[in-house]
Amino acid sequence: MIDSLFPNVDWDSMWEATLETLYMTALSTVFTFVIGLALGIILFLTAPKQLWANKVVNWLTGAFVNIFRSIPFIILIILLIPFTLFLMGSIRGPNAALPALIIGSAPFYARMVLIALKEIDKGVIEAARSMGATTGTIIWKVLLPESKPALISGITVTAIALVGYTAMAGIIGAGGLGTLAFLDGFQRSREDVTLMATILILIIVFVIQYIGDLATTKADKR
Amino acid sequence: MIELTKVTKKFDTGKAVLTAVDQVDLSIADGEIFGIIGYSGAGKSTLIRLLNGLEKPTSGTVEINGKVITSIKGGELRKARQKVSMIFQHFNLLWSRTVKENIEFPLEIAGVSKQQRGKRVQELIELVGLAGREHAYPSELSGGQKQRVGIARALANDPEVLLCDEATSALDPETTDAILDLLVDINKRLGLTIVLITHEMHVIRKICHRVAVMEGGRVVELGDVLNVFQSPKEEITKRFVAQVTDSGDSEETIKNLRELYPTGELVKLVFVGEQTEQPILTKLIRSHAVEVNIVQGNISHTQRGAYGTLILQLKGSKAEIEEALAFLRTEDVQAEVMHND
Repeated sequence: MIDSLFPNVDWDSMWEATLETLYMTALSTVFTFVIGLALGIILFLTAPKQLWANKVVNWLTGAFVNIFRSIPFIILIILLIPFTLFLMGSIRGPNAALPALIIGSAPFYARMVLIALKEIDKGVIEAARSMGATTGTIIWKVLLPESKPALISGITVTAIALVGYTAMAGIIGAGGLGTLAFLDGFQRSREDVTLMATILILIIVFVIQYIGDLATTKADKR
Repeated sequence: MIELTKVTKKFDTGKAVLTAVDQVDLSIADGEIFGIIGYSGAGKSTLIRLLNGLEKPTSGTVEINGKVITSIKGGELRKARQKVSMIFQHFNLLWSRTVKENIEFPLEIAGVSKQQRGKRVQELIELVGLAGREHAYPSELSGGQKQRVGIARALANDPEVLLCDEATSALDPETTDAILDLLVDINKRLGLTIVLITHEMHVIRKICHRVAVMEGGRVVELGDVLNVFQSPKEEITKRFVAQVTDSGDSEETIKNLRELYPTGELVKLVFVGEQTEQPILTKLIRSHAVEVNIVQGNISHTQRGAYGTLILQLKGSKAEIEEALAFLRTEDVQAEVMHND
């Protein structure tokens, strides 16, 4: 039944491509989370009147985030080829896609982190200061826990965007469902392969969204 | 002992320089409940933040128990803040933590071990009357309960001074009274100094020993709560006092009373402190021939005694009334005949 609907699909390579997509998405999401969080916290704390108020650092971080957030991803991949080659030793395969994926999405997530942190009641930060908290304590015990739901929903959106980015990276040979859909499906006119790859990507996205929503609700005690 | 010397705080808003606190000298004794009252923008909110170094003064010094808050920073300032804790108008609890975890927070900051933290939190929860609510999140609490958590949290590290930033302004009158009672109780039990800012004279009257009135960044009037109530000097102070003592002496009221009680004389008595306890009226009635009719009365209780006014209608011959008035004056009660003018 399924074989008659998808006559050209090679299930082994489809499964392998799915694993590659999951691998790229998972790893780049982890790095994006860490780097984006760091950038977002720096943006927040170096803003005027904040604990680390510093115009230069704030401007530089802001500029970095804005530039890399604005470059279309497909162009960013090409621009980063020398950097990727230097870092990973190759520009093909799932690992080679990681630098572009992370550099493309960390600034995007950093903005979301900034928005999340700005939503925190200033009074709570003041209360922590009045208790003699260090800035480190304020970051770990006030900023992060108090913005947790927004941080989780932000990384959910980012992870879903990353699924899309991996597909784009697939076109230049990163592997995964994107490569399969493009090379096997589009270029050889096997619509059923493209359709199956799309269905699998949709399933991945829905699962990420479901888990993200669940975690956001669970984290929110307001 | 809290000592403020010529403290000035200016804010540069870009367009203009705003003087929030202007040359303030204050001295607050240990164990005292000291109130600072003023309208919004008077600078009281900035002033209280100078006491724990959340704001740095432009000039002047703040000294608390021998520590010059204005000249220490870093770790030393953070350490000092554990002894000068603060509660807030909007409670500023962490919504992500339960009652217990919120109270634990300052203990974590102070590096207290987990076991000791648990014990201390339990004591504090009992002290503020929140037993049974340990595992609730702030969103599940009423305003009064949230402020109790705020108070417990502020007391966690055994502070010497408690700063209250409009701590009852977001609460309804009944809850306000309950929280104020708790503050008095804590002040008596733990002997800690409380400095509070408010725009409600009710709060000052109910719990403060001394009061400073702020206007335009300056302390315009300062004294014992009772004295300030009895004889407010500045216009702004009179307005604050009128908030709580329904003033029986506005012209309109006097006119109304005169119309209601056209015969005899209307006399206003002002009681301060001790005399309120003595049966002056009984003595007056027993020893004089005048007829006494109570028209209006208002007694306010402060931490330093009661303060009140009583308006009487005295009926009798002119000589009898004069005699009655003379008697009242010997009893140390301010008595004045209310004229219709």
